[in-house]
Amino acid sequence: MKAIIHIGLKPGVLDPQGRTIARSLAHMGFEGVTKARQGKTIELDLSSDNAETAKLEVEKMCKQLLANTVIEDYQIEIVE
Amino acid sequence: MQSAVIVFPASNCDRDAATALEKVTGRKPLMVWHEETTLPKVDFVVIPGGFSYGDYLRSGAIAARSPIVRDIVKKAGDGLPVAGFCNGFQILTEAGLLPGALMRNKGLRFVCRPQKLQIVNGDTMFTKAYKGITEVTYPIAHFDGNYYADNDTLRELRKSGRIVFKYIDNPNGSLNDIAGICNEAGNVLGMMPHPERAVDPLICDSGRGGTDGIALFKSVLEAVR
Repeated sequence: MKAIIHIGLKPGVLDPQGRTIARSLAHMGFEGVTKARQGKTIELDLSSDNAETAKLEVEKMCKQLLANTVIEDYQIEIVE
Repeated sequence: MQSAVIVFPASNCDRDAATALEKVTGRKPLMVWHEETTLPKVDFVVIPGGFSYGDYLRSGAIAARSPIVRDIVKKAGDGLPVAGFCNGFQILTEAGLLPGALMRNKGLRFVCRPQKLQIVNGDTMFTKAYKGITEVTYPIAHFDGNYYADNDTLRELRKSGRIVFKYIDNPNGSLNDIAGICNEAGNVLGMMPHPERAVDPLICDSGRGGTDGIALFKSVLEAVR
């Protein structure tokens, strides 16, 4: 199975890259964008066949390395 | 005083740090590769600037999980003096030895220039030898130097005198103009500017800080004697 982890800056943490993306979209004529936040996605291939324990394990990975919880939030998606 | 400089893949200020340490202490520092699991017996450790592991994932994130940093965290807890400059500061926050995080510069530009700083706390083991001097200039050269911490942490840093250096004319958006902080016990310093690049008038002329960095290393030397 796979774990797909979405990591983004916490609400309230300034994201100058996201702001620049929103501004650039506006310059290009996309008027409907009121805000952009930039994050990253990490995909892990897992040998486990138990989605529940896999998620707990990935949770640990997020806390210990993949995300910096001072500034970032993360969401874990387990897919077969 | 015997010092050590930690070397990671893509450290690029390790030799600047070694030159500064040798100049001030009279002894060559030990250069310690990041895969070592145990620090040799030393009185002071410098984590140098650079782009360890290509800044992959987050600046300093991978280096902070290397074997040698585990031992540094342990020994810093026992009082070993440790200083991290630039990427070294990022590594120290990622390793949890210092609070907060260093984010992308607010202006989204790499900044590289001489930077005026205020010494906010001249009574630390890293700043005592400045003897009341409150303004210095060190070079800065970074993309991710924008210091962030939550409000409680910022208040605590302020209250306990742990903000050691502040920018005069903030170059990167750091909260409270923070350029350098120390831990609660006062033996771990992290800062984005480069004192190790301001120890030789040939490299850094007087208008650009000259030898303003020397007193930082002298402070440590005097403290561990």
